[in-house]
Amino acid sequence: MAFLEETARGIRRNIIKMIGKANSGHPGGSLSSVEILTLLYFEQMNVDEKNPRAEDRDRFVLSKGHAAPLLYAILAEKRFFPRSELANFRQLGSILQGHPDMNKVPGVDMSTGSLGQGFSAATGMALGGKIDNKAHNIFVLLGDGELQEGLVWEAAMAAGHYKLNNLIAFVDNNNLQIDGAICDVMSPYPIDDKFAAFNWNVIVVEDGHDFNELRNAVKAGKKSEDKPTVIICKTIKGKCVSFMENNAGWHGKGPNAEEVKQALAELEA
Amino acid sequence: MADKKSTRQAYGEYLVTLGKKNKDLVVLDADLSGATKTNIFKKAYPERHFNVGIAETNLMGMAAGLATVGKIPFASTFAIFGAGRAYEVIRNSICYPKLNIKIALTHSGISVGEDGGSHQSIEDIALMRVIPNMTVLCPADAIETEKMMDAAMEINGPVYIRLGRSDVPFIFDEDYEFKVGKATLLKSGQDVTIIATGLMVGVALEAADLLKAEGISARVLNMGSIKPIDIDAIEDAAIKTGAIVTAEEHSIIGGLGGAVAEVLCEVAPVPMERVGVKDVFGQSGKVGALMEKYELTSKDIVIAAKKAIKRK
Repeated sequence: MAFLEETARGIRRNIIKMIGKANSGHPGGSLSSVEILTLLYFEQMNVDEKNPRAEDRDRFVLSKGHAAPLLYAILAEKRFFPRSELANFRQLGSILQGHPDMNKVPGVDMSTGSLGQGFSAATGMALGGKIDNKAHNIFVLLGDGELQEGLVWEAAMAAGHYKLNNLIAFVDNNNLQIDGAICDVMSPYPIDDKFAAFNWNVIVVEDGHDFNELRNAVKAGKKSEDKPTVIICKTIKGKCVSFMENNAGWHGKGPNAEEVKQALAELEA
Repeated sequence: MADKKSTRQAYGEYLVTLGKKNKDLVVLDADLSGATKTNIFKKAYPERHFNVGIAETNLMGMAAGLATVGKIPFASTFAIFGAGRAYEVIRNSICYPKLNIKIALTHSGISVGEDGGSHQSIEDIALMRVIPNMTVLCPADAIETEKMMDAAMEINGPVYIRLGRSDVPFIFDEDYEFKVGKATLLKSGQDVTIIATGLMVGVALEAADLLKAEGISARVLNMGSIKPIDIDAIEDAAIKTGAIVTAEEHSIIGGLGGAVAEVLCEVAPVPMERVGVKDVFGQSGKVGALMEKYELTSKDIVIAAKKAIKRK
């Protein structure tokens, strides 16, 4: 258990360093999903950094593609590419684009960035797995603001219709989007009832930063017999950096040198 | 063999042939499988045909996901919904990652007929052509449709195939060889070159006969491959005949006429006229009446040819 927590802390540090160096990127929604991806990549998913395109691997799609710093920090920690590459995030010629590019970054299973589309692609991947009777799972992470995209519900309808029980979606429910609280901008609530109405197996995780709760949810999701599973995770945007927590202003802004220093100091503690 | 067949019919029938050869081929449709003719494939291979419902953006998104796990999806709906409504999914989820997906859209152009302007896609060539990594093909008849589908299977990346609703006469025979990026010379001529695509190829051949009766010798090129386009054939036509007319069932902005104009002004500027839909929406009507109303007949090509020749 201490391993996952220690790993998550290192991931957060790298997220801050990357976005700070680039002075550009999305810290808030990267920090809110750290535990979800740490649990997946360091415990739950069958992936191999030496064979990133292995046919029977589990897949992960970052539908909220702007949380790319999180995915890159995870993949670097898993040694899909050298950690030193993280310093080139958002720089000209880097494999680490502002949003994930599957043809540039080893370990990225789908190019994403335009909201809703990763979820739709994940549904297609899961359908492909069903056609071939594969045992692997498709994991996908959505933002809660992302649920405002109509395509999300087209894909949700299809996943329920095709009974894609190999599809496990996470909603990073940090309650904030660029323009403010999601319930003020355009409320997607109730999220659980909506997915249930689309024939999904719905699990709510009250603390999306608690590995035990997340683990139990993933285990339950893997056992779903005839429905896709959505795990709605209540999280804190900007988690573990005091001045970023619950602040929509840190959705898509790079911290300056002083702010990086303070954030890293907090992440040492 | 009947003397006419729609390219959508040829598409649906040939999907079965391709599906038999390649087990990874899957077909996706958005509640129009009767109209797009993918229901012919569905009858042969029901386990590889997926109707995603009336949800065109998800049609393209799911195709993307299927391609990442090794399937070769053919995604079909009407051109207006595929190229139009789902444009940005095609751009970001299919072309940006260069996924191996064939987007075969039917009911393109004015020849949709009675459904009217809301359903007549006159912008799809422009929309698909501008996206990096995309190949754009537009068959003139049933035979060329099959040859283009074979060619599309050889490309490891996205291909747009523009198909029509109406029956069109056969231009080619079984021996026809289609190559991506190559135009086909259908008629030799010295005074003007008519470059046509899709159902306008047959119309262009009629126009060449009308011109011949008036003592004007017209070369006719079939430009089935709109992207990549045959730059050499356009340059040669410009140099040898000194005047160009394009003919397409699409807006004169951004389609075949646009593509040829881009090449011409860079490599061999000569007088050029564009026969196509003149930046207006269509309307309901019989196909023949619409083709006359929007100046897409052989007579319109003749007028354009004479105008181009006069400007030499």
